Amino acid sequence: MTHHVVLRVVAKLIIPLILLFALYVQFHGDYGPGGGFQAGVIFSAALILYALVFGLDSAQRAVPTTAVRVLMALGVLLYGGVGITSMLLGGNFLEYDVFAAEPAAGQHLGILLVELGVGITVSTTMLAIFYAFAGRRAAR
Amino acid sequence: MLLGFLVVIAIAIVRLRNLVAVIMLTGIYSLHAALFFVALDAVDVAFTEAAVGAGISTVLMLATLGLVGHEESRPSSRAWLPLAVVLVTGGALVFATLDMPRFGDPDAPIHRHVAPRYIIDSPRETGLPNMVTSVLASYRGYDTLGETVVIFTAGVGVLLLLGGRRRDDEEQE
Repeated sequence: MTHHVVLRVVAKLIIPLILLFALYVQFHGDYGPGGGFQAGVIFSAALILYALVFGLDSAQRAVPTTAVRVLMALGVLLYGGVGITSMLLGGNFLEYDVFAAEPAAGQHLGILLVELGVGITVSTTMLAIFYAFAGRRAAR
Repeated sequence: MLLGFLVVIAIAIVRLRNLVAVIMLTGIYSLHAALFFVALDAVDVAFTEAAVGAGISTVLMLATLGLVGHEESRPSSRAWLPLAVVLVTGGALVFATLDMPRFGDPDAPIHRHVAPRYIIDSPRETGLPNMVTSVLASYRGYDTLGETVVIFTAGVGVLLLLGGRRRDDEEQE
């Protein structure tokens, strides 16, 4: 895939925009449509596009497989950790009201963190699945 | 109109034997479904459908196709029993829709249960204008945690089945 100049130039142009859009969807999900799940999928779509155009090896140099696997678990841990933290602060599991003096502010923080956990897990899981399939093909 | 397109695409998917074309059509099918959700004012669902159904699954299916080949083998015999099961189930589902409340009916049970509470109280309780997010992440946070764990489990399952380590072993043999 070294000679697809048009593809490479266009991909270089749009991949940063896709990543930026994913972050927008992630952190603007409270106000507009979107959230962790959609943002995670869009984020991984950008990285998969990179892997398709520039090859699996360069994608794995940019985002190593080990990092993907660790982040996969970290997202779930972040979500669960928010729940445990709210328990430690005297609330119920995943009761965000206790995070701040004002319930609405606590809710906001809790939802932000939880959505971040969802986003991290979804994006890295999609990427891990893609790596597994594409790596399998490369090995044959 | 959109539903008609969905039916046409579904029939085309069943008839075609070239799997690359089938995957492209499933992507188009998802995109149509997303448009359908937009028409129903469910933008969050439409967003997910477009990103997952039309985007990621298409890529993953194509990656799978790279492993298994491009043509579907011809079925050896016509499967009448499955067709009968599908027809009976579909007929039962269509029959059930006759009993459903009219679309958008404010007196429908689903609009009288917890929905009014979310609509009235959630902006004050969570301070978020997007009620889908506040329901998903706060009121139904436990369910969303379960969803995330499901995705994580799926990823772990794929890694266990296709993961890298065994490949290295094969190369050494």
